[in-house]
Amino acid sequence: MTPATELIHLDDHGLYCPAGDFHVDPWRRVPRAVITHGHGDHARPGMGHYWAEASGLPILRKRLGRYAPIDGVAYGEPIPFGDVTVSLHSAGHILGSAQVRIEHEGRVWVVSGDFKRDADPTCPPFEVVPCEVFITEATFAYPVYRWPEGRDVAGEIHAWWQECAAAGRPAVLFSYALGKAQRILAELTHYTDAPVLLHGAMVDLVQIYRDAGVSMVPTTPVSDLGRKTDFAGRLVLAPPSAAGSKWLRRFKNAATGFASGWMQIRGNRRRRGYDRGFVLSDHADWPSLLQTIEDCGARRVLATHGNTDVLVRHLQELGIDAGPLRAPYGDAEDASQDEESIGGSGDESNTGDA
Amino acid sequence: MRAFARLYERLDATTSTRAKVTAMADYFQHVPAADAGWAVFMLSGKRLKRLIGAAELRSWIAARSDVSPWLFEESYAHVGDLAETAVLLLADDERERRDLELSLAELIEDRLLPLRGSDEATRYAAVCDLWARLPIEQQFVCNKILTGAFRIGVSQRLLVRALEQASGIEDTVLAHRLMGHWEPGAAFYERLIAPDDGEADVSRPYPFFLASPLEEAPERLGHPVDWLGEWKWDGIRAQLVRRAGGCFIWSRGGELMSGRFPEVEAAAEPLPDGTVIDGELLAWRDDTALDFSLLQRRIGRKAPGATMLAKAPVHLMAYDLLEADGVDLREAPLQTRRKRLTGLVAACEDILLSPSVTAADWDGFSALREQARGRGAEGLMLKRLDSTYQVGRRRGDWWKWKVTPHTVDAVLIYAQAGHGRRSNLFTDYTFAVWDGSELVPIAKAYSGLTDAEIAELDRWIRRHTRERFGPVRSVEPTWVFELAFEGIHPSPRHKSGIAVRFPRIQRWRRDLAIDAADNLDDMRRLITD
Repeated sequence: MTPATELIHLDDHGLYCPAGDFHVDPWRRVPRAVITHGHGDHARPGMGHYWAEASGLPILRKRLGRYAPIDGVAYGEPIPFGDVTVSLHSAGHILGSAQVRIEHEGRVWVVSGDFKRDADPTCPPFEVVPCEVFITEATFAYPVYRWPEGRDVAGEIHAWWQECAAAGRPAVLFSYALGKAQRILAELTHYTDAPVLLHGAMVDLVQIYRDAGVSMVPTTPVSDLGRKTDFAGRLVLAPPSAAGSKWLRRFKNAATGFASGWMQIRGNRRRRGYDRGFVLSDHADWPSLLQTIEDCGARRVLATHGNTDVLVRHLQELGIDAGPLRAPYGDAEDASQDEESIGGSGDESNTGDA
Repeated sequence: MRAFARLYERLDATTSTRAKVTAMADYFQHVPAADAGWAVFMLSGKRLKRLIGAAELRSWIAARSDVSPWLFEESYAHVGDLAETAVLLLADDERERRDLELSLAELIEDRLLPLRGSDEATRYAAVCDLWARLPIEQQFVCNKILTGAFRIGVSQRLLVRALEQASGIEDTVLAHRLMGHWEPGAAFYERLIAPDDGEADVSRPYPFFLASPLEEAPERLGHPVDWLGEWKWDGIRAQLVRRAGGCFIWSRGGELMSGRFPEVEAAAEPLPDGTVIDGELLAWRDDTALDFSLLQRRIGRKAPGATMLAKAPVHLMAYDLLEADGVDLREAPLQTRRKRLTGLVAACEDILLSPSVTAADWDGFSALREQARGRGAEGLMLKRLDSTYQVGRRRGDWWKWKVTPHTVDAVLIYAQAGHGRRSNLFTDYTFAVWDGSELVPIAKAYSGLTDAEIAELDRWIRRHTRERFGPVRSVEPTWVFELAFEGIHPSPRHKSGIAVRFPRIQRWRRDLAIDAADNLDDMRRLITD
């Protein structure tokens, strides 16, 4: 299992394909980068050239700059890298998120990127791509993670909002600014058409989703409202980084909530001190991870990003050839010792959208 | 069960003591007496004994959820709570309809208690029936009852306050009625909230008067001749109540400690009925205070054995006389109370009188204060000679003037494994104080505990982890530690707004409940430079 025989291996810049001479989601500067999606720990600035799924381009432009050299590629469209053919396939994670299919001399590997199988009105569903080797994320790879339906969770959020309104309180819901916020706004259309207020970090991203044709409840930037506004009864979406900030003080007597897969665990809910936790994740839960591995028919699975050890051992028990593909980023168990970064505080997949 | 699960959720969702009391009071007012009785039992931290072992329960959860034993253990380690792990692993079990409606008393009396002594197959079947048929939102609490680990940050004092709010019965009467052994049930609860028939009057203590830390120069207090100096002893503040032939010892936290210090009760024998003494329990031998750690070993012992009594003999160091001949003396000036106290204590060989410390001027007091450590004291107390005995912490008449460094009683909230020799052992702790009803971190401390204490705390942390991510674990706020530090200054970088210099652990205050920890305002007041 030396790197030379592997279609993809880890080098100190990221996932590298020697046969095609490109990286997937590199974290250091490389000449050629195939990007799975626009979250900050996957799309980093400074690469020589980028390839990414076309519908996610506005997100990447916002993150990487207007003039970043990015080729937008449609799902399924082949991209030649020498003898290697790459194509992008829907990962169901956020708008424009993709799995990377890599074909070389009859061999097919797939890098999942971040993905989920749950219904999400803001992006096309996950596509099963048959492959020999599947490199999977493992953020929530414990059997305790099983997601409820996103639409039901939005129903809980709506009910909580109404409770807060009845009590004359603003409801401040923290969620990642890219992906999660838009998914909540889209799912809320099943319950209401009342406007939701947005933290400044979300305004452009919500507009990008609207421009892509995603139907969401109406939104108003908080900054459009005067300082003296009475926020009682309003729902405010804000990124987790706004928790405890001065910005938050204007929402007097606010109830706070957090929408994240980590909220499945009571200890996380308690430690973060939010009044409510809503279990909503854009990553695969345990049953989805197993289902996906079965569906794609891989004879070998490499796990990265998260709780790889547990998934690897479980797959091995099922008779699947599995191993960890350790990445120096986004490994929850190796997270820095800084208290704030623990508990998935950045994004579920670490620094996330910020 | 529905109501009790809801109560648990409400208690779990808040750190505000007031909100907790309200939630409990609501519950007690709305459920049948039988449920309320069992709720009091659970909230008191009592457990159903000899029901189901933890190891047994773990193997059942693994079997029922159909995950490998190692995967179950990994999941449990990840979640950090057995009851919750069971809920998460068994949540999608749709083998039965979740239509089982039980009251708390029915669950315990009809379903759980009959399992005592039955064989494993019977018990497994009964528990699986609950797992399959109880509504999901009740599973967690049910599992908590099964595991016996029913900790939810409710102290006895909060429970008593809630019961007082719900029933209108005075807290001391309730505390008295909750003493000793009782069998929960409707009859118990009805008796608990029955009108006061005076049975508790005999034991009832007075609210404690607490000194405030002296932060300014003592010269500001006026002339030393108006003040009584005493050593600030380092033990357990207590009231000894001697009435109607009985002897009752109360802690500052409102806990009745009778029976735990038989030598003190014996020493109080000569005191006449109608006497209440405020003082400090100290481990004491040959005119010397013994180390606090010895006293600590006595705290948890409800009935100490002869060896323990010999190793850590406890005495009462009398400070004040609150009642004599059945008359409340609290409005009398301190010098009068002290004179009468001196006379009373003279008749009791084994009750110590807190010696008065005198000096001609404040410099003299200051010099004496520096000797406090050598006498097993923490500093000086300064009490205005004409002060009445007031309620709670009132600034002005009683000051505690500790030797440097500053100290603070703070609550352990996070722990992290150390490195090197201490790797894989939780030795790096984060402590918090109260800011209103919230615990705010104020310091990390790594040193000060003995190896034995570290090992004990490590075991406790592993069993009481709320959650874990990477190296840090948060724990149920349970233990108070006295931290010492050299200086304190404002720090906008910290959530608390303050930073302390060289914090270290002075001592594990097992005798303090978390609501006795210090608050942020008091710490801010220490900021001088």
